[in-house]
Amino acid sequence: MELKEAVLELIRRVATDLPPDIEEALKKAYEREDEGTPAKSVFKTILENVELARKNSTPICQDTGSLIFYIDFPVGHAEKTYREAIEWAAAEATKRQYLRPNAVDPITGKNSGNNIGKNAPYIHFHQWDKDEVRIRLMLKGGGSENVGIQYKLPDSNLKAGRDLQGVKKVIIDAAVKAQGFGCAPGTLGVGIGGDRVTSYALSKEQFFRKLNERNPNPEIAKLEEELYQELNELGIGPMGFGGKTTVLGVHIDAQHRHPATYYVSISYMCWAYRRKFLTIKDGEVTYAD
Amino acid sequence: MPIKLTTPISEEEIRKLKVGDEVLLSGTIVTARDQAHKLMVEEKPDFIREYLKDSVIYHCGPVVKKNDDGSWEFVAAGPTTSSREEPYQADVICEYQVRGVIGKGGMGPRTAEGLKKCGAVYFHAVGGAGSLIAKKVIKVKEVFKLEEFGTPEAFWVIEVEDFPVVVTMDSHGNSLHKQILEKSEEKAKELMGLK
Repeated sequence: MELKEAVLELIRRVATDLPPDIEEALKKAYEREDEGTPAKSVFKTILENVELARKNSTPICQDTGSLIFYIDFPVGHAEKTYREAIEWAAAEATKRQYLRPNAVDPITGKNSGNNIGKNAPYIHFHQWDKDEVRIRLMLKGGGSENVGIQYKLPDSNLKAGRDLQGVKKVIIDAAVKAQGFGCAPGTLGVGIGGDRVTSYALSKEQFFRKLNERNPNPEIAKLEEELYQELNELGIGPMGFGGKTTVLGVHIDAQHRHPATYYVSISYMCWAYRRKFLTIKDGEVTYAD
Repeated sequence: MPIKLTTPISEEEIRKLKVGDEVLLSGTIVTARDQAHKLMVEEKPDFIREYLKDSVIYHCGPVVKKNDDGSWEFVAAGPTTSSREEPYQADVICEYQVRGVIGKGGMGPRTAEGLKKCGAVYFHAVGGAGSLIAKKVIKVKEVFKLEEFGTPEAFWVIEVEDFPVVVTMDSHGNSLHKQILEKSEEKAKELMGLK
């Protein structure tokens, strides 16, 4: 298969089919809610929608988001080859209604009509020493992106210090502030440390982890588990209607920081958690969740 | 059992609705989001007036397909976040005599005041349920400002059948969003040890 065709198929899969771990978590959330509540009927609608989107190959959510690619490629490959293939695939996917045209010129307000523009789609390139190519894609909606937030510790309003307790406080604050903006139940990706840019980058890359995959650092893993339990006690529920499931998961990672800075960046992924990847080895393309 | 309502809806009918009511909505409604709301407040255009009177605005930026015969079809069409229209919504409701707004996430005090004053409600649809809701759009009747605003932001005049929504803000000043927000803020303070 040609590279551009392979990327087009990746886009189709990401836009129209949820990863199995996410769908499973939504089914469990449906089971947990009480009969006759708005929360129960929201989960029923969500699950019906997921099935219909997969069957008809139509977008799960009309906000097919920003296309965010992460490419790992062997030494000697040209970035340009990938950019060209991705641009072709994005335009073609828009034509076939797998994607909504979401690239808008911020100066003129004009929609480019095909998801292509300056820095759109976003591509993160990374060279590695394997002899295979890995292309990861997430589609992230505007509503969920708008609730992303960065804290600078210490935070006196929340009495949050420069430690994991402080980190926990700002994450709880972020989850409460996201209600009504991001489509709950969401998943939080958290980056601790780094500079302002790398902190957000780390938070967003967490969305490539599977829901049940804990951070190898036991202290961080414990925090992830505690937050998952406690955020679900907030009672915000699906779509903010009240209920037992406010988040599907919390993924945290940390990186070294400057002594003077302590950033905690939080990215929010809505329930329509769209991510998949493909690998190309010896000309063979394989898709995975 | 859900209440069935068809546009045009009278002010009297809309004032009967209360927070928590499940509604199946049918008839002609209009999509409008950021650029459309700004336009409706700043320039008060007349072209959309007849479609909005006693009807419903849908905060939605759809994925749309153009058929070979030139007609349009909605492919995915869930609600977008409503709070962005908070500065405009009350004025739009009163100016165009709109009876309802469909969106997600609820809206603030200015809109709540507008709903009360001019007789309208806020309907909540399930965010992200794009494919399912598109099936409830049985016809695309008209589109305005497509070239200027782009597909997500154009005014799409559509006919819907049994579109499922829940009343989360009524015309009597009640808001489910306000209730849940207050409760969750209390719980958050407790979890953070700030109480």
